[in-house]
This record gives sequence, structure tokens and C-alpha cells, in this order.
Amino acid sequence: MEAEVAQLFAMAIAAGLGVLGPAIGIGMIGGKAMEAIGRNPEASGKVVSNMILAIVFAEALGILALVVSFIIRFVG
Amino acid sequence: MTGVLAQAGSFLHVALGLPVAHAATETAEHAGEAASHGSGIHVVLKAEEVFSLFGFPVTNSLIMTAITTAVLLAFAFAVRRKLALIPGKLQAGVEMLFEGVIGYMAETLESERLARKFFPLIMTIFLFVLVANELAFLPGVGSVGIDNGHGGLTPLLRAPAADLNMTLALAIISFLVIEISGVVILGFFKYAGKYINFSSPINFAVGLIELVSNIGRLISFSFRLFGNVFAGEVMLVVVGFFVAYLLPVPMMAFEVFVGFIQAVVFAMLTLFFIKLSIMEPHGQEAH
Repeated sequence: MEAEVAQLFAMAIAAGLGVLGPAIGIGMIGGKAMEAIGRNPEASGKVVSNMILAIVFAEALGILALVVSFIIRFVG
Repeated sequence: MTGVLAQAGSFLHVALGLPVAHAATETAEHAGEAASHGSGIHVVLKAEEVFSLFGFPVTNSLIMTAITTAVLLAFAFAVRRKLALIPGKLQAGVEMLFEGVIGYMAETLESERLARKFFPLIMTIFLFVLVANELAFLPGVGSVGIDNGHGGLTPLLRAPAADLNMTLALAIISFLVIEISGVVILGFFKYAGKYINFSSPINFAVGLIELVSNIGRLISFSFRLFGNVFAGEVMLVVVGFFVAYLLPVPMMAFEVFVGFIQAVVFAMLTLFFIKLSIMEPHGQEAH
């Protein structure tokens, strides 16, 4: 395999697999938050703000994978 | 000062094992090639040097950081000049924001005195990151630049958080504040006892893990902000290639929101970690 092709594959795999985990995590966070709001609609303000905070943490990991994939593609 | 931090940042690039610093010229060359061939997407991982001042490289991110500081200073002076007992619209807004934040901090830290002590740092982090992120959406940032000699363009301005040096500098500041406030408020031996604990093998292992995770914060702090802003920029460019004019608009609105959220997260995490570090060690607190 040519080096450049390998680089492209590496980038795609790094981004694709790296996003998988956070996607599952964000789905679970969102689902649980909806459940919580369904049980106690009055607390929805607090639940939503905490949900966004938790989503940001999960999302950061996906973005980390994205940055790694950019580094693979454009540096070195 | 910022120049020194930038230098420290470049050093840490190498220490972190990221080939960003020395490979940057290569990237710029690649980008120049791509631009001259009229194809490809212009992605530069590192802030580019616009000119150098007394041997220190002045990057486009550094210029933008200076502009952010200037905007914040001008805003502060404008509010201060019009301070009145009966607040106007601007003063009322600022007061409401500050009171809300300080109330939340007092609730989190469980102490009004400590909240007042840490308020300037937390609020500065929030305002600085917020203004830095949102200023980057002004037209001209990233599109106005000078010829870099390879047929490409060196932008004059670049989002400050899209440069790892800036986010790493902020992360180092909050890391030092977190550790030092733990030492000052708890005392050195008590604070060290949180991490090096010989009461049982399990406590010893837990302490060591906490010590490592403390240092890991440095990486997660800096990469969270850098990654979000940088990935947002790249995404906007890529989307602009696929569906020009149409799709970038909602994406940009989302990025504005992300910029705000990241500012909140950076400030709030600093606050939470300060709270964690000044808490009494386990086993001594009253349950």
C-alpha cells in the first residue's frame, strides 16, 4: 500500500472509530435525560443544563479523535 | 509574557509527543502546494507566523489574542466610566451576570468569602474564552492575509483557541491555581496526604491514580478547547466545499453556541476542580 493511501485509511479509521464511542455515550445521556424529564417535568431546566454539560464531555472525546485524524492526514 | 508562554507551548508540543512544532513548516509547504494547484482544502494545524518581534515569532493567533484583550479592556473601561448608583441598561446587565456567577460560585464552594476570592479568575477565563471564540466569527478572520511566498496565504487573524499554545497556557494557569489553592487552604501536608496515603494498599493506589488524573487535566483542559474550536473551523471549511453558501449558515450558528458552551465548561471545570482540591481529605469529613 502506498504511504499516502495508508494515511487516508488511517485518518478515516481514526475519525470513524473514534466517533463511535462518544456517539453511544451521547445517545445514552440524551435518552436518560429525556427519561428524567418525563418523570419530573418541573426539573427540566436543571436536567437539560446538566445534560449539555455531560454531552460536552462525551463530545470532547470524539473531537479528540477528529484532531488526531487531522494530525495523521496533514502533519508528518 | 504571552510570547514566553507561546515558547513554553512549543516546548510542550514536543514534550507531549506531538510533532506539531517542527512539522509546521512542512504543513505550510503542503498547504502552499495545495493552494497553488488550485485543489484541496486549506487546513493548517499550527498558528502561522506573521512577523517576528525581537526574535519572538508573532503568530496570527497571538494578534487575535491581543485584539481580544483590547476588546475586553475597552469594554471594562466603558462600563467603569458610566458607573452610577442607578444602573443603566449596560451596567444592569453586567451586574446581573456577575451576581449570577458569584451566587453560583458561593453555592458550589459553600463559602461566600472563597467565592469572592476566586471570582476574578473564573470570570476572566469565561469572558476571555467567550470573546475569543465569538470574535473569530467576524468576517475577515482567516480570510484576510498576506502572501507567504509559496503562492499561499498567511491569514492575519486566526481564532486564538485554534492554537494549542493559547489553550495550553490557560490550562496551565488553571492547573496551577487548582494545586496552589489546595496547598494554601488545606496546608501542604494535608493536601499531599490526599494523594500519598499509606493507610491501606487500596487507598495508596487510589491516591496515585488521582495524582495522575490531576496531571491528565492539563491535557484534557487544553485539548478540549483546542479540539472543539479547531474542528469547528475545519468543519466549516469542509462544509463550505460541499454545499457552499447554504449549509455553512446553520453550522456557523452551531459553532457560535459551541464557543459559548466551551467558555462555560472551561470556567466551570476550573471551579469544580478548585472545589475538589480544597475539600477536606476523605475519612476526615463528617458524614
